[in-house]
Amino acid sequence: MSTMTFSRAINAGLRKAMDDDPKVLLMGEDIGKLGGVFRITDGLQKDFGARRVVDTPLAESAILGTAVGLAYRGYRPVCEIQFDGFIYPAFDQIVAQVAKLHYRTQGKVKMPITIRVPFGGGIGSPEHHSESPEAYFTHTSGLRVISVSNPQDAYSMIRQAIACDDPVLYFEPKRRYHTKGEVNENQDLAQMPSMESAQVVVPGTDVTLVTYGPLVQTAREAAMAAADEGISIEVIDLRSLAPLDFAPLEASVRRTGRLVITHEAAQSGGLGAEIAASITERCFSYLEAAPVRVTGFDIPYPASKLEKHHLPDLDRILDGVDRALGRPNSLSGLEG
Amino acid sequence: MLKDKTAPTAGFAEPDMIQLVTATGARVSHPDFDRWLEDIDADRLGALYEDMVVIRRIDTEATHLQRQGELALWPPLLGQEAAQIGSGRALRRDDFVFSSYRENGVAYCRGVDLTDLLRVWRGNVSSGWDPFEINMATPQIIIGAQTLHATGYALGIQNDGADCAAITYFGDGAVSQGDVNEALVFAASFQVPVVFFCQNNHWAISEPVGLQSHVPIADRAPGFGIPSLRVDGNDVLAVLAATRIALNRARTGGGPTFIEAVTYRMGPHTTADDPTRYRDANELEDWAAKDPITRLEALLTHAGLFTPELQAAVAATADAVAKEMRAGCIGLPEPEPMDVFDNVYSTPNSWLERQRDHYSRYLDTLADAEGSN
Repeated sequence: MSTMTFSRAINAGLRKAMDDDPKVLLMGEDIGKLGGVFRITDGLQKDFGARRVVDTPLAESAILGTAVGLAYRGYRPVCEIQFDGFIYPAFDQIVAQVAKLHYRTQGKVKMPITIRVPFGGGIGSPEHHSESPEAYFTHTSGLRVISVSNPQDAYSMIRQAIACDDPVLYFEPKRRYHTKGEVNENQDLAQMPSMESAQVVVPGTDVTLVTYGPLVQTAREAAMAAADEGISIEVIDLRSLAPLDFAPLEASVRRTGRLVITHEAAQSGGLGAEIAASITERCFSYLEAAPVRVTGFDIPYPASKLEKHHLPDLDRILDGVDRALGRPNSLSGLEG
Repeated sequence: MLKDKTAPTAGFAEPDMIQLVTATGARVSHPDFDRWLEDIDADRLGALYEDMVVIRRIDTEATHLQRQGELALWPPLLGQEAAQIGSGRALRRDDFVFSSYRENGVAYCRGVDLTDLLRVWRGNVSSGWDPFEINMATPQIIIGAQTLHATGYALGIQNDGADCAAITYFGDGAVSQGDVNEALVFAASFQVPVVFFCQNNHWAISEPVGLQSHVPIADRAPGFGIPSLRVDGNDVLAVLAATRIALNRARTGGGPTFIEAVTYRMGPHTTADDPTRYRDANELEDWAAKDPITRLEALLTHAGLFTPELQAAVAATADAVAKEMRAGCIGLPEPEPMDVFDNVYSTPNSWLERQRDHYSRYLDTLADAEGSN
């Protein structure tokens, strides 16, 4: 075990994957000498060379499109998208090629491509640097989508993503890059919990609070605050966004009868909607109240001085918990 | 005049292109190209002729199969036989091809199984062959996307220190796509062993090449730092030599080359298209006079090689290929309903397993209902 920052944990995971498999290579903008704008790939080009840590021209579609060709040739490319809002030029290659080639070719062509996406807000950036585009990809068959919330998962799950024979989008919460945690680097891939498993990170009995990525920490803080008022919140870190691991959610909701989902991404058509619908289908008779969503608004990401209104924070999450519990809340008296 | 920019054949005056066989079948010598054709003796010339006749026959037979309801769709290559055979026969076994959907002649050169060629067009599968068996990716439908795949594959070749090459096929319409332009940037930056083979067949469905490019397409590549060749795409020898030159440059560390093969799509875009709505019949007539097969027949005649024996042998091969392909097509088994769920992922996916289970139960209820009637 060693203590390291979130960003260092990703770096260590990348290094380990490159050590283990000469076919792993990194591609992206500014990832070489600079080590990426967030320094996630710091020092890797120096140690592995410019052929395995490739500074690419500034063209996201080409980063993904050439990764497809490399995968045909037997490589396992790890592509860095510099910021969430820069992924759209690559959307066609991801959705029309990376996601579909295995199906198109009846399994003959594998696409073991990992796409790292620093995502989410809270860092005071201009437009296009704070988005949460994950639902575009969870809606696309053929992709696996994961999001990490702590240094241990950051380390383990980047290795699992790279080892996976399917394409994986790895969403890393950039505002948590500097948080520290214990990381066990001595686990084999086989010893790690599946990257597709959701985990209960705070046990509780009154309300199930489901989230992922940057808001896991906020949800933990909300659970601590609620405990002071005698409310027991169970926090579940989804970890995998596609597929969703419903088993722990179902087990939790069968006990609590109440479900709150929170994410930074916009509400309509988002993961909260999918989770609410699926849990309602699966646990209808156990629910004591309608599922509650506490999310970003259906707006383009706002200017940095306004982002605190857009991002769910501890108080908004607790307001949602109050709604689920039928306690006085901001919407008391409103119907529907 | 603005109007000229979108007129079917306006936009630029037809510049020079490399031609080794004239439209009337006369061999023209060329100081740089001839040495790439020294091995093309009577037998090899006859083999190129046979290939071109056979793929035209494949194309015609497939069009008939579509008209007879056996294929859902077919993208004819009529008129592009020299471009596809000349380039396809320049390739080595270990080279890798990333093409669009019209390169069925190239697939033939790669040794594709004739039934596999038609699976996708019959609607049985989304692509018909194992790319690693013939070193050719299956047809790409997104225009230009495959140029990036070839560039990435070539980056892998370079990393591996191998001396093979990647080649990508695309049309004049594709050169407007961002992906093609990005591929040219990446290929030039990394100097990877890739050949960009553009078949300028003058039409992107109903849009003339003048709408895509206001300069000859080959002239664009040098702006990316990539040398280009503009060849008569209906001249199989010119195409063969140009592709060999480009492949040799790729294999010897010379980086990418861009080839524009100027040819003509004599048929519709696909069997669902109607070119009479947008194309002047006179234009088709002009290009029919430049037919690549007729031209090669004239060359063979001048050389005294267009013998009754050759004609009979080629006709017999074409007949046999067409017969085999038709039988393979009609004999294809229907896909099973539950096949729809296969191979979305390489390992089971919990969401999909649930949907598969539910659909299986649903199908069982239909079978039960049928059984009880």
